[in-house]
Amino acid sequence: MEVFVQQLINGITLGSIYGLIAIGYTMVFGIIGMVNFAHGDVFMVSSFIALIALLILTTWLGMASVALALLIVLIVAMVFTSLVNWVIERVAYRPLRGSFRLAPLISAIGMSIFLSNFVQVTQGPRNKSVPPLLQDVIVIMEGNGYDVTISYRQLIIWSITAVLLAAFWYLVSKTSLGRAQRACEQDQKMAALVGVDVDRTISITFVIGAALAAVAGTMYLMYYGVVNFSDGFVPGIKAFTAAVLGGIGSLPGAVIGGILIGLIETMWSAYFSIDYKDVAAFSILAITLIFLPQGLLGRPEVEKV
Amino acid sequence: MTAPLLAVRGVKTYYGKIVALRGVDVDVADGEIVTLIGANGAGKSTLMMTIFGNPRAREGSIVFDGRDITRLPTHEIARLRIAQAPEGRRIFSRMTVLENLQMGAIVAGDADFATDCQKVFKLFPRLEQRLHQRGGTLSGGEQQMLAIARALMARPRLLLLDEPSLGLAPMIVRQIFDAIRELNRVEKLTVFLVEQNAFHALKLAHRGYVMVNGVITMSGTGKELLERPEVKSAYLEGGRQEVEAAP
Repeated sequence: MEVFVQQLINGITLGSIYGLIAIGYTMVFGIIGMVNFAHGDVFMVSSFIALIALLILTTWLGMASVALALLIVLIVAMVFTSLVNWVIERVAYRPLRGSFRLAPLISAIGMSIFLSNFVQVTQGPRNKSVPPLLQDVIVIMEGNGYDVTISYRQLIIWSITAVLLAAFWYLVSKTSLGRAQRACEQDQKMAALVGVDVDRTISITFVIGAALAAVAGTMYLMYYGVVNFSDGFVPGIKAFTAAVLGGIGSLPGAVIGGILIGLIETMWSAYFSIDYKDVAAFSILAITLIFLPQGLLGRPEVEKV
Repeated sequence: MTAPLLAVRGVKTYYGKIVALRGVDVDVADGEIVTLIGANGAGKSTLMMTIFGNPRAREGSIVFDGRDITRLPTHEIARLRIAQAPEGRRIFSRMTVLENLQMGAIVAGDADFATDCQKVFKLFPRLEQRLHQRGGTLSGGEQQMLAIARALMARPRLLLLDEPSLGLAPMIVRQIFDAIRELNRVEKLTVFLVEQNAFHALKLAHRGYVMVNGVITMSGTGKELLERPEVKSAYLEGGRQEVEAAP
């Protein structure tokens, strides 16, 4: 029982990170119908941006307040990662719009390889670590020889995720920007006819997706304490799995899918074999695609005309 | 004579290598209702979309209110207050009626949103009852009303309507045409109307054009065109016989 509760806490934490990345996949797919395979690497780049910002703040500037430092790191990572993704869209995807369907996909894979190699060359191939932050834990359940704990880090991850998802939900469902975005998702031609700048809206979608990935990247760094140039790939594919499981194109689906994948992974590690945790997560991808191709909250293809 | 609000001159449009418009000239003066009639595939809807730059005219020019808009991006053309209720209605089906109207009001801004809503509800009271329903769940007639209402929310100087009567019951068609006439009379709204329903369109319009295979073959006042034997045989009587012959 204690193990289960502990894994539940760990799984939701991991799932929050996946969910935030998955939103980027699902939004981009929704608006331009493309799986942005570079998104996982954008997440990895954001982790490095957070790492650099954190080291500058703590070791060079000697900032003592961890909370303040984290807040600044988060904002810096969001801003710079958004900028990176904005440039990627301009350079690698926009010129291919209107080209054949696979072109942007291939470009995205190229971008993914470019980003991870760029980081490998400039930052080195080894794991980069940050000094352990916020080690304190709260014991919430005492068992015989096994205490269920929740760490400050986990609480921070939960609350930041919750706040950002609420803000994001508000943006998409209640603001004119969100409406323009949904309009472009449904009918770009018509959106342009009512005066929406479609290219700009697509750019903004990439920026928002990157900002959320940067939050995930910062939290990933804080949670695990290390980051590596190849860390974009597996979390990226898992977040993509989450987006597919939730129903690609569906925003709540991405979050639910993310948390489910996080839970499946941690539960599998606890009860079966930690070596096969990735197999478990990716089996979900295959099973979803075979039996539930539209995902949990996805729309069926048929629309009433 | 003052310059027309919309002047289409020698416009040629292609889909790839296939020519859709072979040099079209159309004028729409301020305060007019002008209709364009023609058979399926004549290029009427292509002209409507070419005015918005999608597809773009390969040759010729389109001038709106003294400004050349031939090469302007679509959304900037919309911001000059040209609004369109396009072919197939194209309402945002996963948005509510209210959100569709808000989309229409992007060009006009938020300031007069409530007043403008009341105006379109007066024309189409059904929309007010359906305000929080998703666009995709509306009936065909309601969707057409929404498409026109959405275009009106832009406070357009020129309204392009592409086959507003298509697939609708005669009573709803009359309601929509009455609304257009009323808008033109009271608000001096300029309307460019594409129709297959030639009889009603020519009765409503001040002037009309006939398009065949991507060229304008006839033009004149609505009344003149209604009496032309070619128009009668091709678009009026023949059409009516077809309707009657249908099971």
